[in-house]
Amino acid sequence: MLTALLLTLAGLGLLGLCAVPLSRARWGWMVVHGGALVASALFAGLGLAVLAGGALPAQALPLAIPGVAAQVAVDALSAWFLLILGLAGACASLFALAHARHAPPRLLAAYPLFLAGMALTLIAADGFTLVLGFEAMSLASWILIAAEHEDAAHRRAARLYLAFALFAGACLIPAMGLLGGAAGDVSFAAIRAAPPEGWVAAAVLGLVLAGAGSKAGLLPMMVWLPPYAAAPSHVAALMSGAMSKVALYVLARVLLDLSGPAQPLWWGVPLLVLGAASAVFGALRANLESDGKTLLACSTIENVGLIAVGLGLAACFRAADLGVLAGLAAGAALLHALNHALFKSLLFLGLGEVQHAAASRHLDRLGGLIHVMPVTAAAVLVGAAAAASLPPLSGFASEWLLLQALLAAWRVGDLAFQVLGVVAVAAVALAAALAAAAMLRMFGLIFLGRPRTPRAAGAQDGRLAARLALLLPAGLTVLFGLMPGPLLDLAAGAVQILAPQGVTERGSLAVLRVGDGGARYWPIGVALVLAVLGGAVWWLVRQRSPAGVARGPAWDGGFMAPPPHLPFGDPMTQPSATGFGQPLRRMLGGSLLAAHESVVMPRPGDPGPAHVTSGQMDPTETLLLAPVARLRDALAGWADRLRDLSLTACLILPFSTLVALLALTAWLEAR
Amino acid sequence: MESLAALLTQALHLLLVLLAAALVEGCLRWLKARMQGRIGASPLQPLRDFRKLLRKRPVLAENASWISRAAPYAGVTVALAALALVPSFARGMALAPLADLVLIAGLLAAGRMALALAGMDAGTAFGGLGAAREMSFAALAEPALLLVVLVLAMLAGSTGLEAIGTLFQDGSLGLRVSLGMALVAMLAVAVAENARIPVDNPATHLELTMVHEAMLLEASGRHLALWQAASALRLTLWLALLAAIFFPFGTAPVGFAPLDWAVGALAWLAKMGVLCLALAVFESAIAKMRVFRVPEFLGTALLLGLLGALLLFLSTRLA
Repeated sequence: MLTALLLTLAGLGLLGLCAVPLSRARWGWMVVHGGALVASALFAGLGLAVLAGGALPAQALPLAIPGVAAQVAVDALSAWFLLILGLAGACASLFALAHARHAPPRLLAAYPLFLAGMALTLIAADGFTLVLGFEAMSLASWILIAAEHEDAAHRRAARLYLAFALFAGACLIPAMGLLGGAAGDVSFAAIRAAPPEGWVAAAVLGLVLAGAGSKAGLLPMMVWLPPYAAAPSHVAALMSGAMSKVALYVLARVLLDLSGPAQPLWWGVPLLVLGAASAVFGALRANLESDGKTLLACSTIENVGLIAVGLGLAACFRAADLGVLAGLAAGAALLHALNHALFKSLLFLGLGEVQHAAASRHLDRLGGLIHVMPVTAAAVLVGAAAAASLPPLSGFASEWLLLQALLAAWRVGDLAFQVLGVVAVAAVALAAALAAAAMLRMFGLIFLGRPRTPRAAGAQDGRLAARLALLLPAGLTVLFGLMPGPLLDLAAGAVQILAPQGVTERGSLAVLRVGDGGARYWPIGVALVLAVLGGAVWWLVRQRSPAGVARGPAWDGGFMAPPPHLPFGDPMTQPSATGFGQPLRRMLGGSLLAAHESVVMPRPGDPGPAHVTSGQMDPTETLLLAPVARLRDALAGWADRLRDLSLTACLILPFSTLVALLALTAWLEAR
Repeated sequence: MESLAALLTQALHLLLVLLAAALVEGCLRWLKARMQGRIGASPLQPLRDFRKLLRKRPVLAENASWISRAAPYAGVTVALAALALVPSFARGMALAPLADLVLIAGLLAAGRMALALAGMDAGTAFGGLGAAREMSFAALAEPALLLVVLVLAMLAGSTGLEAIGTLFQDGSLGLRVSLGMALVAMLAVAVAENARIPVDNPATHLELTMVHEAMLLEASGRHLALWQAASALRLTLWLALLAAIFFPFGTAPVGFAPLDWAVGALAWLAKMGVLCLALAVFESAIAKMRVFRVPEFLGTALLLGLLGALLLFLSTRLA
């Protein structure tokens, strides 16, 4: 089976290489995206097979690099994330088959390579292959982001992304080196046999958190994330749905699996704290953004934060010998990763459909699309409800599990950790409620109300393939919401890797159960109760009430109807994106996002309008990016001075470098 | 036999809470009128309004979508489903295994979402304003509620309502400061979630000060009737939740026990009456807040929940 997986990878690589000549043919784009679709389906199928059947042992990769024994293997954890990658990749490729007809060759070439890079990261069984796959994924996605480089904003996004990709690599490579230890054997089996201790462990924790955390979108290294909305929709869906999960996989693999179960209690705390902070920050920012895709990217920061909270909790419970709770937290994290991959792919693709049809992704230029794009609207509503964690959809099931794990955090005896647990409960609840507000704002402003531009009035649903690309994840979101129990059973092997001390059977007949006689969640029962009660209410009202509805102009608090030359009314009288976010900006934005708002009133007697100015700043940009930019300028200034050196100095520089390197080699030889 | 008793309990519970929901809003208005020295309308008035509105065909805005038509049913359904889970006069209802506090919070969030969607559907200024404010208040109310759930879950070892109620009823816990704080926090959340004074004024006629009602400006006929029913159900739900958690005295045990059921029903009605009276007194004694003072009100609830949990840690540590 591993051979089939490697052949799929090779096929994807070949597809990437042939994409440029293929793109000359009229059907070239279909071959590339169809190939990606088949490969994604294979990934999902192989992941399922391994989860149901059992792990595949490590195999040497036929790569001829001297001194490196590259290995691949698929265990349950890899298989779970392969399943996620396959599902997200299938949806994105389907959408690309419907819309990416005029994709430039560089986009066609990078897309299969991106998929292959992610898959390679997931099946790697040694540090070298892991970093290789991770970097391939980063570079391919950089090309995808830079695809529309004519636009200055896209160029800036791509530059920022590349800088962070290099930073991630610069963190992960030394981390793998440290894990390899003195012997330098970076195969996972060797690392597990000698897990890091002391300062090495702390350094690995910091480096991996910085490297993989920045790619996943954890605070404070997520500055690059919102701008990636610039990428084409199917790419953005894949980056949000799958790439952030691959980064989380690296976090889980290194911090919870490779570093061994003997880590102290504080091991999971950085993940927990960063996760909770990211969740609140991302959800709040999603309420303030007016670009639909940026909003979704911020919501990804929130969900990645929730998954990180689950992983951190699992590490802490494990250290405190609470095996069952560790399994619960790890299961919540894995389930949320799967659910988020699906509903976020769905939302990104839905917004791509909107952008395609209405030529904008700004909330202030859309509106009323539910009338002209009914299928897209229904699918996006399912995704938004899942992202807002409403029962009985998939987002609620995994957040319910996560909350149950968090509500048990006080069982760890340490008082400081208990306090942290209480704050984390409040943060996760705040993030969930903020996410609901953000999702309502997105759906309401895009699909409800009246069109704000003529283009929005003339939009229509996409073609059959595009509709399928939306209906597939929407259906899976409903299905996974109804049966989280069997999914957790499927993930049992992966949970076992993250929390080895023993997981009791928990999911039976779609019931989620916590502990003995503890809390229970039975989504099918909830759905049945809702259906029966809803049917009864509808039937009773029908008996008493006249059928049908009358139509008239909107009441609108008694305002007069718009003049005939404005068939959709004055767009300015509708709620705007900024206006809808205003209460939250005033309540929470001031301290967290440096939001400000000021009103300039005209002088008494002056009939001129009053002016409101408002805005917000991402504090990470000023605190993180600005000093880095200053440092870069200073270094560039230093380097600039080298140009004015005399000939002697120019000769001395390389000579002294050579001597220093020789001395270093001699010293290393002597040791 | 046991499952039959459970089904019977559930059916009687549904009847009882529907009766209570029909009366609770009217009783509250009547009590407030009395306190203000007016005679006030009969407590049955909301019920009469409901029947009148139900007979009318709704008028929808020209650009309203199916959301406006489906949302009222969704709002009533989730409120009713949540209410069906909260025990009233007896334990061991058929749906008791589903009764989980986090799930009830989720169902309430779903009802809020349906209302806000309906408010935004016609694309009018007030609907959007109300929706934005409602979701913002909820963003602060939900963490406070979850902290209360945390305190309860620490004591009972579960977020299931049945376990919590049973533990509190047998009285082995005694009086605790944490529980008092949790009660106050939950009361504040209940006031905010039900759009009562001081957070919102259900009787206001000025659109700018509305939150909840602003989303209903476009609703009419049976849709308005359904929204009002949903709001009454939600108020009943919160009162029943407070009664089930903090005042579980007199609740009948599991199984077929008609006499205990009668006692339980009477006790429950008395508890609801007292809670209604307390709410009426509170609303009469306090003025409505400015919208941007509400975060402070809810922030206090959040802090109380936090303090309750911390005190519980310390007390379990000392004990």
